[in-house]
Amino acid sequence: MSATLTLDREHVGLAPRSWKMPIILSILTLAAIIFTATTPADMSSGVALAWSARLGTTRLTLPTLLTIGILTLAQVGVTVWSWAVAISRKKLASWWVIIFGTAFVLVFLLWAVAGKENPLQFTSLLSGALFLSVPLIFGAMAGCVCEHVGVINVSIEGQLLAGAFLAAVVGALTHNAWIGLLAAPVAGALIGCLLALFAVKYWVDHIIVGVVLNVLVTGFTNYLFSTVLAHNKEVFSVAVRLPKWSIPGLSEIPILGPVLFAQNALVYIMYVAVIILQIMLFKSRWGLRMRACGEHPRAADTVGIKVNRTRVLNTILGGAIAGLGGAFFTLANGLAFGKEMSAGRGYIALAAMILGGWKPKGALVAALLFGFADNLQNALGVVGVAVPSQFMLMAPYLVTVFAVAGLVGKVRAPAQEGTAYKG
Amino acid sequence: MRLELRHVTKKFGSFIANDSIDLVVEPGEIHALLGENGAGKSTLMNVLYGLYEADGGEILLDGVPVHFSGPGDAMAAGIGMVHQHFMLVPVFTVAENVVLGHEPVAGLDLINLGKARAMVREISEQFGFEVDPDAVVEDLPVGIQQRVEIIKALSRQAKILILDEPTAVLTPQETDELMDIMRQLKAAGTSIVFITHKLREVQEVADTITVIRLGKVVGKALPTASQVELAEMMVGRAVGLGVDKSVSDGGHVTLEVRDLTLVDTSGVTLLDDVSFDVRSGEILAVAGVQGNGQTELAETLVGLRKPTGGTVTLYGQVDGETVAHDVTGKKVKRILSEGVGFVPEDRSTDGMVHSFSIAENLVLDQVSHPPFSKAGALNMKAIADNAAQQVETFDVRAGSPNAAIGTLSGGNQQKVVLARELSRDLKLFIASQPTRGVDVGSIEFIHARIVEERNEGAAVLIISTELNEVSALADRIAVMYKGRFVGIVPPDTERNVLGLMMAGVPLDEALAHQTSATAGKEPPSPPPDTGKQEAGLPSDSGAGHKEGGDHE
Repeated sequence: MSATLTLDREHVGLAPRSWKMPIILSILTLAAIIFTATTPADMSSGVALAWSARLGTTRLTLPTLLTIGILTLAQVGVTVWSWAVAISRKKLASWWVIIFGTAFVLVFLLWAVAGKENPLQFTSLLSGALFLSVPLIFGAMAGCVCEHVGVINVSIEGQLLAGAFLAAVVGALTHNAWIGLLAAPVAGALIGCLLALFAVKYWVDHIIVGVVLNVLVTGFTNYLFSTVLAHNKEVFSVAVRLPKWSIPGLSEIPILGPVLFAQNALVYIMYVAVIILQIMLFKSRWGLRMRACGEHPRAADTVGIKVNRTRVLNTILGGAIAGLGGAFFTLANGLAFGKEMSAGRGYIALAAMILGGWKPKGALVAALLFGFADNLQNALGVVGVAVPSQFMLMAPYLVTVFAVAGLVGKVRAPAQEGTAYKG
Repeated sequence: MRLELRHVTKKFGSFIANDSIDLVVEPGEIHALLGENGAGKSTLMNVLYGLYEADGGEILLDGVPVHFSGPGDAMAAGIGMVHQHFMLVPVFTVAENVVLGHEPVAGLDLINLGKARAMVREISEQFGFEVDPDAVVEDLPVGIQQRVEIIKALSRQAKILILDEPTAVLTPQETDELMDIMRQLKAAGTSIVFITHKLREVQEVADTITVIRLGKVVGKALPTASQVELAEMMVGRAVGLGVDKSVSDGGHVTLEVRDLTLVDTSGVTLLDDVSFDVRSGEILAVAGVQGNGQTELAETLVGLRKPTGGTVTLYGQVDGETVAHDVTGKKVKRILSEGVGFVPEDRSTDGMVHSFSIAENLVLDQVSHPPFSKAGALNMKAIADNAAQQVETFDVRAGSPNAAIGTLSGGNQQKVVLARELSRDLKLFIASQPTRGVDVGSIEFIHARIVEERNEGAAVLIISTELNEVSALADRIAVMYKGRFVGIVPPDTERNVLGLMMAGVPLDEALAHQTSATAGKEPPSPPPDTGKQEAGLPSDSGAGHKEGGDHE
């Protein structure tokens, strides 16, 4: 690397104008205008809002053209503002983007359900999105831990799958979902051990090890499934389910209550995991030391931190977190193990972590977004709008490619991730 | 604390980096470890700091043998080290960097940031560092980062502080400030091991000097020893510290740069309206602290970067007529074909192909046409003949021209790069850090060769962060600061004036400072006298430059 510049931040004469944001917003606004223009004046869109268990459900019937017309105008406004901001070489505040995004999604939803018999179940769209994002969030947390310590974890997919497998089998053997839940992180941690062994000890390229481990876990669980599990269904394939808890009081909050606090037990564990990680990663001794190993391992070494030991331990911890998330596929859904159940969620989790800027809270938001896209097809299907499921599954990857290309702003990975520390 | 090294030996394979080294550092002394690049100074200190395991010998602290299996042990024993490449995590704050590894904890493993900040403030106030504990390290200037490193060592109760080439990244004024800090530390009872290859600094601050050459202690000296004596001990033979060079009045303008501006993708201005000429038969040397746009200037001139604005024009003589070629933003190949030679700053990555032989590296830029290739096939004989001749002319010390260039020493690699670039007929020769990491013997040769190129009528642009080199070679000196030319001055300009300019002070102000500080100017000649000015640097970054010198 050549010289790094020590020019100060104020010495920015003319920042190049960035047209990415206004162009994207303009294209989306154009789409919204097309939706609006193709809507007949007499149509209406039905939306059902479940306030809470006590308050019951309200069905709203909105005049489609008027509602999406107003929302589209709001988008036009934000787009014009974004051009103005770009011309003055500044950056659009992120809450403008949030307003725009919400308006666009609403326009799309109202347009899609216009004139249908069944209303859009808005509350269950959100609560389902949260539920579906659980494995993504656990996976992304695992990614955060591993990458901050300097190890790229592509094997999240395999760790989720291994967790799902062991959780289901142990749960079935003991007829107890909670014991199954304890087994899930063990499976993930084992895969984490393998990753640490090859990546940290033997300096194999992290991405290659990760992909190989994914293939290994897929093959191994497929083999066990079709030999052991399939022939002893009554022993190994008993479905057990984690309970669904409504938190008294909190679950009565209108809309938010049923979405956030009438969920599966694994969801509550997820809340705790995200909060703890967000705090510990940036405020604790553990977090400081492990991030030092990912940012500047030699500096960590010179103050007496054992870099490779820290890397190994945290890679295993990351594996355990992803393994726990794997319990979603079996225990949280009340399903027995099935072949390749994780279905690529591990890769989407990785994408969520990158989109979230390597921070637990950012990854949480990104994973929720992907969960929403995932659940959208279910919700629209109920209403009777057929959206090709493949299209919805593509969305997270598309979003990530654009995000990583720099749309969302500057996200920075830990400086020395994926490099071996040879002491 | 008294530190003693006895017969310390460190080998890398068959290469002996440290050969039975004896060294004694008395409590409260500044002990300079002087030697050329690659003499084994840093290796020795890394052994002492526990980063390398010694193959033989022992380390004694206050007469007690100690064994360090890692830096943690060395630190616990009271040894602190400020590395040449700072061991600071760029994205952490100052306080986080200082406490890393011995964090005060408030319970639940959470760091007690209040205590961490207090720790930084206490040491910072004791020595007048003015370091903000909450500043993010990557936003700080290097001079301040170095202080953070010192705070880091002191916060661990270091009794012996190792400073590894601490002045390489500093302006002369910052260097003076560092020397004041070293004297303060000494007064507070800390022993300092000061690793350097700069003779001026050793004379100024050291109590004792140990000279190392090729992994062996070759002698001890007192700071009263002359620079010539020290240089001879360091190199092992008599060396000329100056460069023989006649006065040049310059010929016609060869390179004309006007309003050259370069803005990178994140909007940082790297070159800011740079304008200058270089005439044929003169050397223009660009001085400045690393990272002020010099690298980018050279890269823009040869076409590796596209300028945002401004023009670069090359003038040539065709049949006595002056012909102008506008080469602004042209491709590298096109610019080089105009008769431009370029020695890049980082020769090992940008100047050569590591695994290719010397012979191949010597023709890298000329293999596409005769005599070195014909109809797409290489002419091995021509390449070998060329190599034999160049190795001879440039005194490249290598087993064979077919040896991989990566196996040579830095000085010999640089000679190969230089030989290649100078083998064409040049109008303009640009060399960035031509002697970085090169032994003193080769420096002499390289300097002589650059002057020879100038005498043959080429326009020469040298970019260097070493003031000695700039003063020795230049016909005119341009000083760069934050992407701008602060001024262009004659080669006999005093070191202190150049130093102020390197910190961004305009020429007339720098001269005013200078005359108010040292009444009665002597005709300057290297080595310049070490009188420091009373006025400190104007605080250009807000955080940190200590005002005024309190050394008297």
